Amino acid sequence: MNEKTINRRIFNNKLYKIFVSSFSFLSIIPLFLIIYFVLIRGIKYINLKFIFSMPKPMGELGGGIFNAIVGSFIIVGVAALIAIPIGIMVGIFLSEYKEKKFTEIVKIFVDTLQGIPSIVIGIIAYLWIVKPLKQFSALSGSIALSFIMLPLVIKSTEEVLNLVPVDIKEAAYALGAPYHRIVLKILLPSGSVGILTGTLIGISRILGETAPLLFTAFGNQFLNLNLLKPMSTIPYLIYVYATSPYKDWHNQAFAASTILIIIVLSINLLGRFIEKKWKT
Amino acid sequence: MRKDKAFKIILLLSGFLIVALLSGIFLSLVFSSIPSIKEFGINFLFSKDWDPVNNKFGALPFLIGTLLTSVISLLISIPFSLSISIFLSEILKNKLISNIFQTFVELIAGIPSVIVGLWGLFILAPFMRTLQLKLGIQPIGVGIFTASIILSIMIIPYSASIGKEVISMVPTEVKEGAISLGATEFETLKSVTLPFSFNGIFAGFLLSFGRAFGETMAVTMVIGNSNKIPDSIFSPGQTMASLIANEFTEATTKLYTSSLIEIGLILFIVSMLINILGRLIIRRFKF
Repeated sequence: MNEKTINRRIFNNKLYKIFVSSFSFLSIIPLFLIIYFVLIRGIKYINLKFIFSMPKPMGELGGGIFNAIVGSFIIVGVAALIAIPIGIMVGIFLSEYKEKKFTEIVKIFVDTLQGIPSIVIGIIAYLWIVKPLKQFSALSGSIALSFIMLPLVIKSTEEVLNLVPVDIKEAAYALGAPYHRIVLKILLPSGSVGILTGTLIGISRILGETAPLLFTAFGNQFLNLNLLKPMSTIPYLIYVYATSPYKDWHNQAFAASTILIIIVLSINLLGRFIEKKWKT
Repeated sequence: MRKDKAFKIILLLSGFLIVALLSGIFLSLVFSSIPSIKEFGINFLFSKDWDPVNNKFGALPFLIGTLLTSVISLLISIPFSLSISIFLSEILKNKLISNIFQTFVELIAGIPSVIVGLWGLFILAPFMRTLQLKLGIQPIGVGIFTASIILSIMIIPYSASIGKEVISMVPTEVKEGAISLGATEFETLKSVTLPFSFNGIFAGFLLSFGRAFGETMAVTMVIGNSNKIPDSIFSPGQTMASLIANEFTEATTKLYTSSLIEIGLILFIVSMLINILGRLIIRRFKF
């Protein structure tokens, strides 16, 4: 082997490293571009009045997004109340019945559920709730969002329960504890951090979901606390305002996005932070 | 003991609940699509007329729009996501920096899709318009290509994190073998690591393709919402998901709604197949 080929191989190796590193850095630039432009255009319109007042009628300047903020918290809260207990139960099932063939099927179904486009989930909530009740409702939006959150809770519960040492369980058995107490009083508490992570990531995910709300929770110009009536949410408001022809609404869409992006990314980061803590 | 039995039954039931939920979703979609399936049959997939006024519905423009956007976005995303996978698993040796970098990548996936769409509509689309002016293409800004760029940004984190995972699973001995024979890092990657992890990386691309296929809000905001078959990749179009988002609340007749639901059914079936296939490949890889 002469020196020339060796030099070329070393050169190629350098080239490969430069190529891979620069493409990697290029791909996280959009993250900063998106956050930067949303903040720069949105932050100047955010003040207490914007957060705590109601929208003005179409075409009128000013107004706030109070109803959407309240709506988002209610709809996401109800969705979480549905998804968390069911998700934990399914997660326990998957980790406790590992050997069964049926468990494998359930696992594939959970993956499939996670892969369903969110707009299709919206259609389902429309068919199951909106159509029988004959009106758009916050409840139908919550149910749609709970379907999206469910797989995330299931997976993190299953994962963390698989990490709980068998010794703990055996010790509890040896003391004569009944099975349901072992699961509820010993396994679940030792896995609580993992479940918390899944819940936080799930909430940050559904807080930003828009597609499943388009024809379920719909939207509402007024403050509504009734789960059986249409309710506004922050992401829905952003979509409607952004695609409207009014300049003032565009600015409000950026302001609402600033609020949403800060909440969503903070919850997401908190979840990841907790996850890193218990995984290491 | 009776409590124990009840508890076990509840656990089993929760498993059944998932199966019932998914079967219920599938059956509901099929059932509600029946009027449209009866009326148009297989022609639904090949007709390009989407004409609510005359109650004629064909999904071809949206099938093409969906395929175009998801294939283009996948092609754009491949060099980036593959680079990230290699960068995180082979090049960055510092654990802390690698963790921070990976968090940044995953945060992209955490941005709500409607905000990515907002950015696409007000910042990327005007930029594309000036670019198109310079290139001498009709300057519309929004369209298939703009949507594909937005999609590629959104799917990179998925294939990158799966790729990183499978590349990290390549046994160190195999790589060390190549290095001890005098191979450079690049040669080790090319002839050992990548062939070894190819299936897993492929599954990552497949799953991210599935994401692009069903992504709704961001696409709806930047694709231009035209129900015609696009005549170039810069022209406005419509995907299956964006069509449902745009027209579902406006659908007045039963056949109209049913046609939209049939499009939802197609989305469901395709994403289900892609997901099952992708997960099977990954699972086989892990054992």
